[in-house]
Amino acid sequence: MAANGMEEDFDDGEQPEITTIGDPHMRLGISAQWGSGNQLAVHAALHPPQEGVSSGIQGSPWVHEVRWGTQEVNNPIVRKLINETHGTFVALQHHQPDTTTTNRKPQLVTFSRNYRSVIRACLLQLKQAEESARDQATAVEYCEQVEVYNMVELIWSLCEILFVESLPGGVVLAQLLDWVKWHFNDADVYAREATTSDNPHVHDHYWSAIYLYVLQGRSDEARKLLSLDPNRNMDVYDEYASIDELLRKMPFFTLYTGQSLAEFDMKWRHWQDECRRRYSEGEFNTNKNLETICRILCGDEDVFLDLKDLTETWYQMLVSKLLYCNPTVKAFDLQYHVKACVDAYDGHATLEPLDNILLAAIEFDLHQVIKESSSLLGNWWFVAHLADLLFQCGQLESHSLNYGSNLREFLLLDYASSLMSHPSLWQVGVSYLDYCPEFGRHYLEFYLERLPLQTEQKALKVLRECEKRDMKDISHSICKVMGVRALRNERLGSALSWALRSKDASFATFLADRFLSEYSSKGGFSSLDLLDNLGTAMVLSDRLTFLGKYREFHRLHEEREFKSAANLLLQLLTNRMAPKKFWLTLLTDALPLLESEEVIFSTQQTYELMNCLEDISLSFRSSTYLHGDTADDAQLKPTKGQQEVEKQKLDLIRLALARNLARAILTEGSLE
Amino acid sequence: MSDVIGEIPVNAMWVLSSENPFGRCRSQVVTFPARASGLLGGEVPVREFYHLYGAFLDYDKILAASSTGNVTLYKHHHNSQTLSVGQTWDSLHHHNGKGCPCTGLAATLPDIVTVGEDGRINVVRVDHRAPIRTIDNADSCTLNAVSLKAFEVITVNSTGQLKVFDLRRPSSEPTRIFLLSGDRIPLHCLDKHPGQPHIVATGGQDGSLYMWDLRQERHPVSAMDAHAWDMWEVLFHPTHPDHLFSCSQDGSLWHWDVSMTTATPLAMATPTASTPFPSRMPATSQTQTSPWLLAKSGKQKVEVSNLLLDNIMSVNSLDIVGKSVVCGTDAEAIYVIRNINIR
Repeated sequence: MAANGMEEDFDDGEQPEITTIGDPHMRLGISAQWGSGNQLAVHAALHPPQEGVSSGIQGSPWVHEVRWGTQEVNNPIVRKLINETHGTFVALQHHQPDTTTTNRKPQLVTFSRNYRSVIRACLLQLKQAEESARDQATAVEYCEQVEVYNMVELIWSLCEILFVESLPGGVVLAQLLDWVKWHFNDADVYAREATTSDNPHVHDHYWSAIYLYVLQGRSDEARKLLSLDPNRNMDVYDEYASIDELLRKMPFFTLYTGQSLAEFDMKWRHWQDECRRRYSEGEFNTNKNLETICRILCGDEDVFLDLKDLTETWYQMLVSKLLYCNPTVKAFDLQYHVKACVDAYDGHATLEPLDNILLAAIEFDLHQVIKESSSLLGNWWFVAHLADLLFQCGQLESHSLNYGSNLREFLLLDYASSLMSHPSLWQVGVSYLDYCPEFGRHYLEFYLERLPLQTEQKALKVLRECEKRDMKDISHSICKVMGVRALRNERLGSALSWALRSKDASFATFLADRFLSEYSSKGGFSSLDLLDNLGTAMVLSDRLTFLGKYREFHRLHEEREFKSAANLLLQLLTNRMAPKKFWLTLLTDALPLLESEEVIFSTQQTYELMNCLEDISLSFRSSTYLHGDTADDAQLKPTKGQQEVEKQKLDLIRLALARNLARAILTEGSLE
Repeated sequence: MSDVIGEIPVNAMWVLSSENPFGRCRSQVVTFPARASGLLGGEVPVREFYHLYGAFLDYDKILAASSTGNVTLYKHHHNSQTLSVGQTWDSLHHHNGKGCPCTGLAATLPDIVTVGEDGRINVVRVDHRAPIRTIDNADSCTLNAVSLKAFEVITVNSTGQLKVFDLRRPSSEPTRIFLLSGDRIPLHCLDKHPGQPHIVATGGQDGSLYMWDLRQERHPVSAMDAHAWDMWEVLFHPTHPDHLFSCSQDGSLWHWDVSMTTATPLAMATPTASTPFPSRMPATSQTQTSPWLLAKSGKQKVEVSNLLLDNIMSVNSLDIVGKSVVCGTDAEAIYVIRNINIR
C-alpha cells in the first residue's frame, strides 16, 4: 500500500512515501474508503468483487486506518479554534476599508489580535489537555499540537509586528521586545526559582534572571531583583547604586509620548556615554556580575556572545543586541543585523525550519514565510488565515502563482477542502469557499454535490447552501438523489415530495406512473394524504395532473358525487390527459357508474365513451396497446391468458355502454 | 446555571430539551455531538450515531433518538457525571428493516412517542421491549416533529401538513389533517401552548411562524414572516406562554413577546363570586383574547428581538429554563443567554 504523501511532496520532486501494511490477507487485493481528512480505512478485498468466490480469509479480517499529515480536524480543541476563527474571518472579509489607509490599520490590527487571542486560548487548552491526558499516546499527540501552535503564535506575532502593525517611521524595537517578552519567559521562571529559595542571591539562577531581564529591556524587574542582594548597602553610594541608577535612567523610545526620534537618539547617546564612562573608570571592577550588566548596557558586542546560552536563540539575541547597539533600527534594516547573531549560533547550516521562517519574515519575503510554514506545520489553518490577513493589509498583492489563482485563494481552497470531509465542519468550509473569487464556486459545486446525506435534515442544509448561491443544477441533483433514495425504500410519497420540491417534471411523471401501476396492481392508492392535497403542484407534469384528477375521481365516487365523478372521468378520457394504457382501467372504473340505477352518462357522453372503447380495441388488435410501441418489448407482451381477460373486459364494457345508451335515450326521450 | 455533563465534549449539534414533566425546576443541559462515537463515557459501549435528538424525561433519564432509527434511554449519574444505557429500542424506524433516521420524539412518562423519516409513529413504554403501538403509514412523507399530550399525538411533515392522531382509536388514520395554504412548505418543528392545548406553533422551511387553532378548520390562523431561512425549533415558554422562542438556519434566535397589551394568565379561567365552579371548557371570550391567535390581525402587538447577535452559523436547537435560554449551533457551540426579559 502506498500511502501517498501530501501533494506538495510531488511538487518538490520527492519520491512518494511507501507504507507497508503487514496483513497477510492483503495479497488478495486492497480496497480503501476515505475517512475524514487525511485518513483512509484500508482493508483486504478481492478485485473485482466476484459473486460466490470465497475470499479465503481465515479468521476475522482487519480494517487498517492509514493516516498522514495532521489530524487536526478530529481534535476537539482545534475544532474550537476552527469554528471561532471562522467568525473573525467572515467579519474581516466584510470589513469595509476606510478611505484613508491610516484609519484602516488599527482595525486590521484588531483582527490580527483577535486571531492571536483565539490561538492563545487554544494553546492553553491544549496544554491543559496534555497535562490531564489519560494515556501516553494522547499526551504525545497533544504535546505535538502544543508545539505546533507555539510556533504558530510566534510566527503570527512577528508577522503582525512587521506587516500588519508596521508603524510610521518603521521603528519596531519596542514591539520586538514585547514579542520576546511574551514568548520567552525563562527570566520569570528563573526569578521565581531564585526568589522562592532561602537565599536568592546565591541561587544558581539569580544572576541569569537579572541578565535576562536586562537583555529583554525589563529594567524595573532587574532592579527589583538586584535589590535582594544582601551585599548591597542602601546607605552608601556603591557600585550597586550606580548600576541601579543607570538602569533607572535608561531611556525607552515609545511612539505615543510625542518624543521625536532625534530627541530620543540624543538622550540615548548621552545615557550610553555615561555607562561607558562608568565602565571605563572601573566602577564595577570589583563585582564581575555588575560588570557584565554594565557591559550589556554599553552595548559591548562580546558580552552578547558570552551570554548566548541565556538568549538561547539568534532572534532573542538579535533583539537584545539591537536594544543596546541600535535602538532606533528600522524594520527594513533588521535583516542586516541578523547574520552576526545567526553566526553566534553556529551559522546558517544549523538553522531549523522555524528559524528559516522567522528569517524570511525579517527579510520581508512573505512568499517564503508561507511556503516554509505550510511545509513545517502541515496545518492549513495557519497559512490560510495569515495569507488572507496579509492580503487584506495589501502586503500580498504582488504574489501571483503559476498554478492557478493568487496565493491567498490557493491556501484558502486547501484549507476549506480539508474541512469538507468533516461531518460537522463542512459548513465552515463552504463559507470559506465563498471568499475564493476565482475557483471557489467550482470547488463548491463539486463538494456540495458529493456530501454524504445521512439524514433529510442534512440534505435540507446542503440544499439551503445551494439556494443561497443559486446553484440550481446541484440542488436539482440533490433532490433527485433524495427522491431516488426514498423510491428505493418504497416511499413513493416522500419521493414525490422531493420531485415537487425541485420541480422535476420528468421524475414527477415517472413517480405518477409508479402510483398508477401500483393502483393497477393493488387496486388502491397509497400516500393519500399527499395525493389528496396536491393542489396547484399537480400541474408540474401532465401525468401528475392526471394522477391528481384520477384520485379526485375516486374521492368523488367515494363521496357518492356520481355526476361530477362521471364528468371528470369523461374529461380525463376525451382531453387525452390519460395515458393510453390506462384507458381500459378508466373504462372499467366507469362500469359501476354505467350500471347504477340512475342514468348518469348522457347519450352524448356515452357516445364519447364508445369512441374511446373503439380506439382501444383497434390498438388492442394491432397489439401496440398496453405495452409500448417498440417491437423489442417482446417479453412484455401479454400472454394468451392476459389477452383473454382483457378481451372479456372489453366485451363487458361494450355491453354496459350499449345498455346505458339505451337507458339514456329512453330517459332523455321521456324528458322531452 | 448551565451544567454541561463533563464526559461529553461541548460540540453539540443538538441541545436536548429539558422537558419538565413534574414541574420541577431543573437546570441542566445535555449535549450530544453531531457524531458521537464512544464519547459518552466509559460505561457506554462504542456505537456510532450520526445525528441525535433527545429529551429529558426525568431528573436522571435522558432519551436520545439517532439517525440509525434507534432510541436509547440513558441514565445520568449525577455524582460521577457520566451516562449509562438504560434501555435501547433498536431500529424503531426503518425502511424494510434497514434503520432510518428518527427525527423527533416526545414523552409523557412512561410513554414515549417517536417519529421518523419512514413516516411511522411508534409508541414505546419504559420497561417494555417492543413498541406498544406502531402506526406504520401515519404519513406518506417524512415526519419532522411530534408532540404528545395524554392520548393526542400531533405531528408535522415535510409537505406542510399537521396531523392529529388519537391513540385511543384503533384506526391508524389521523383524526384531523391541517394544511398550510398555498405551497407545501416542509414544517420542521412544533410546540403546543402550555395552557391552551388547542394552540400550536409551527415553523418550517420558509422561516415563518405559523399559529394553528386546532378547533378551527384546515389552515393556520396566522402566518408571520420571521427568519430568513429554515426555522428549526420553536418553543413556548413553559410558564410564561406569552413568550415564544424560535431559532433558525440563518443563525438567529428570536424571542417573541405578545405580553405587551394583554396579559394572559396560565390559568384557564379565574373563579369569581358569581361562578364559584368555573367550567373546564375554555370560554369563547378566551379564544379571542389569546394573543397568539390575534397576532396577525394587527390587533395584537408582537415584539420580536434577536437574542444571538453576530452568530452566523445555524441554530439547531433551543431550550428554556426560567429566565435562561440555551441553544446549540452548527459552530459546535452552545450559547446560554441569561436574564431574558420576561414579564
